[in-house]
Amino acid sequence: MIPFFSRKQYPKFWKDHLEKVNGNKKYGNYENIRFVVIDTETTGFDFYKDRILCIGGVAIKNNKILISDSFEIYIKQDVFNKETVKIHGIRRNGDEIKVTEEEALIQFINYLDDAVIVAHHTSFDIGMINQALKRLNVGPIKSRLLDTNYLHKKLSGTNPYKKLYSLDDLCEIYNVKMHDRHTALGDALLTAYIFLKITSKFKKNKAVNLNDLLATNYQLNR
Amino acid sequence: MKNTIAERILDFLKDYPPFNLISKTTLLEVAKNVEILYFEKDQIVFNQNDIPHEHFYIIYEGAVRLYRFGEGKKHIVDICDEGDLFGLRPLIMKENYLMGAAANEEAILYGIPISLFNEIILNYPKVSQFLIASFATNTRDPFTDKHKGKLFANISAIQKVENSYSETQSAKYNKNPITCSPETTVQEAAKIMTEKLINSIVIAENKIPIGIITDKDVRIKIGTGQFKITDKVRDIMTSPVITFPENITVAEAQITLLKHKVSHLCITKDGTNKSELVGILAEHDLVLTQGNSPIMLTKEIKNAKDVETLKYIRTKASDLTKGYLEQEIPIYFVTKVISEINTAITKKAIQLSINEIGEKPPVSYAWLALGSQGRKEQLLMTDQDNALVFENVEEDQYELVKTYFLTLAEKVTEKLNIVGFDYCPAGIMASNTKWCLSLREWKNQFKEWVKDPIAEKILLSIIFFDFELIYGNQELYSNMADAVFRYIQKNKIFLSFLGKVTLDNPPPLGFFKQFLVEQDGENKDSFDIKSRALRPLVDAARIFSLFHNLKINNTIARYEKLMEVEPQNKDLFESCANAFKILLQFRTLQGLTYNDSGKFVDIRTLSKADRLKLKSCFKPIKNVQEALKLRFNTSQITQI
Repeated sequence: MIPFFSRKQYPKFWKDHLEKVNGNKKYGNYENIRFVVIDTETTGFDFYKDRILCIGGVAIKNNKILISDSFEIYIKQDVFNKETVKIHGIRRNGDEIKVTEEEALIQFINYLDDAVIVAHHTSFDIGMINQALKRLNVGPIKSRLLDTNYLHKKLSGTNPYKKLYSLDDLCEIYNVKMHDRHTALGDALLTAYIFLKITSKFKKNKAVNLNDLLATNYQLNR
Repeated sequence: MKNTIAERILDFLKDYPPFNLISKTTLLEVAKNVEILYFEKDQIVFNQNDIPHEHFYIIYEGAVRLYRFGEGKKHIVDICDEGDLFGLRPLIMKENYLMGAAANEEAILYGIPISLFNEIILNYPKVSQFLIASFATNTRDPFTDKHKGKLFANISAIQKVENSYSETQSAKYNKNPITCSPETTVQEAAKIMTEKLINSIVIAENKIPIGIITDKDVRIKIGTGQFKITDKVRDIMTSPVITFPENITVAEAQITLLKHKVSHLCITKDGTNKSELVGILAEHDLVLTQGNSPIMLTKEIKNAKDVETLKYIRTKASDLTKGYLEQEIPIYFVTKVISEINTAITKKAIQLSINEIGEKPPVSYAWLALGSQGRKEQLLMTDQDNALVFENVEEDQYELVKTYFLTLAEKVTEKLNIVGFDYCPAGIMASNTKWCLSLREWKNQFKEWVKDPIAEKILLSIIFFDFELIYGNQELYSNMADAVFRYIQKNKIFLSFLGKVTLDNPPPLGFFKQFLVEQDGENKDSFDIKSRALRPLVDAARIFSLFHNLKINNTIARYEKLMEVEPQNKDLFESCANAFKILLQFRTLQGLTYNDSGKFVDIRTLSKADRLKLKSCFKPIKNVQEALKLRFNTSQITQI
């Protein structure tokens, strides 16, 4: 007989995810924390209608960006929006090797491992990823989340609620050379530079720890 | 997997030594394993006496100062900025840092993994040379402007400015040279060479190279009966051998081969002919890695200060042609290279002449090449055919302007003559008052030729329809070319006349398929390959191109374009292009062998194979002439 109210049978990648993220002890020592800076390119801004085209990520550990620990994947499309092709340049039948959404998410979640996610306007990227996970009957993502927008606002100490800083704004403020805008990995790398610069400023004030960083955007990690 | 960041990092690295010396695939591997670090001003990267990091660093952005404590004081040793390397010590020796490094201003560094680089050093001697040199300079005290630029002491790595890797690239050579002892018989040696598919064999004693024999030696010394195949290789070998040390670059190899007029270099441990043989480098190995010599030659032309230098360079270009043809480099490529060199020489001759006059040209102008130079098919020293067009000017200025350009052309043609391009016997040169004209005059001239075609005039004018811009104003040239096409479109009958004249070229074969040779004169009994075989193909290509408005001059390129434009005649045009390539190569080799224009071929000296090869080219000629007759209805004007 099928037990109606038994715990849902999750696929392995998701069980692994829950296990790794819950009660990770490494988070106590800042030098040991693996941050993964991510960015997604999407067909548009509608969580329900639009789809992820590409996910890019690069890891930071102990204040170093590790190119060898980076991730880049392109997703096959059913939904397609001509308008956004102009921005990210990913065509439906472009020449990148593409995989299904499911395959991409499994690889991405595996790549994340126990990392703390960093992004710019994180709620959008994570929102898109969560919608995609929902289609696989899992989610939402349980990793700790950081947003360079909030980190910056905390640091600058000015009017934290009203102003939204764009990635371009932050590149300007933190003097980061812009190239590769609007490729997922390119934006992820810019965000990574900004993250390094911001955290080094945090360090100047006092020893930096994850809780301080997480406190900058409590609404993301409720 | 695609890796956008790694590609971006590669893009940065590839512009700086020693990374510019590493192949792209290897460099991408390096890029994939880079660590990016950020340092605030005055933050320390490593301290003096720290244990070595697993990376050395290249500065992506910002600046880093290197310092050392001594006698109780801190000395700044150097300040490095974008693209500079530091922290190399662990790469060279396993010792703690002798210097400290700190960000002099906000800095982003790329950390290059040492473990990965150790392997690269083994495979790229130039890279290790470079690293050792820059390591050495880092430990001096070079913080002065004078030394700053020399932080990287390895000149050859720095001098690679243009993006062509080829010249400073290590020359590839055979690292398993086949050798035999001096007592080996010629027959045995020849057997070894045949079996191993090599065209040379080094004679060595205790691994020391003492001589070499090549295919050519076997041909000249054995084939002629001068020596017997039972003789020892010692008797026929060329000795001593020309040697060079292991890390030879393409440029060095080329210069050495040219200087000693040899086809093979022995690579030895210490570069002398008293040390162990480690490789053999054949001329052929170099040609495979090129277009390189042509680059050197064009550079030399650019730097030439006088006409004598140009002459010398043109002689070298002839040697190059010969080498290319012997190695069966495609003729299309060869003609391109030689045309580039000829064009560069002409440009230089013009510049030198303007300097001599001491006065800039009064109005814009264009120097045009005609005939074979215009078609970029000039492989040998031939007559010069050129013309000049200048901007339309007011009547009262005309005399002054024309005098200037005639003086200029006089000087240029004189220089070209010294270089080795003889004056045109028919006087078709820019120094001729008839062919140094304003744009308006040229247009009228072409209009007259096209509208009123008479056989004599056509013969004279044909050469002008293959005109190509060599130097000067592109617009004048295009303007003139457009006008010519317009006139022809309005007077298509002109093409019929042109076709008729072409068909009057003497045919290559007689009724019994024997070669038709000249009946009298200096070249009696010789076959005129230029008039009977090459010219009909050139002429046919020209007519079809004019018909289709194709602004292409080169005969091979014309046929290739025609294959696209008239797919129904693809086979015909392809066979014409092939025939033309074979004939041009044939003529050029003839010319090089007999040191003349190669126009006449003595049929009796040809091998059976060569005769068949030539004859096979005649069918396309016949076919394309038939096509001309039909297309342009040349029979209608037989009566004129």
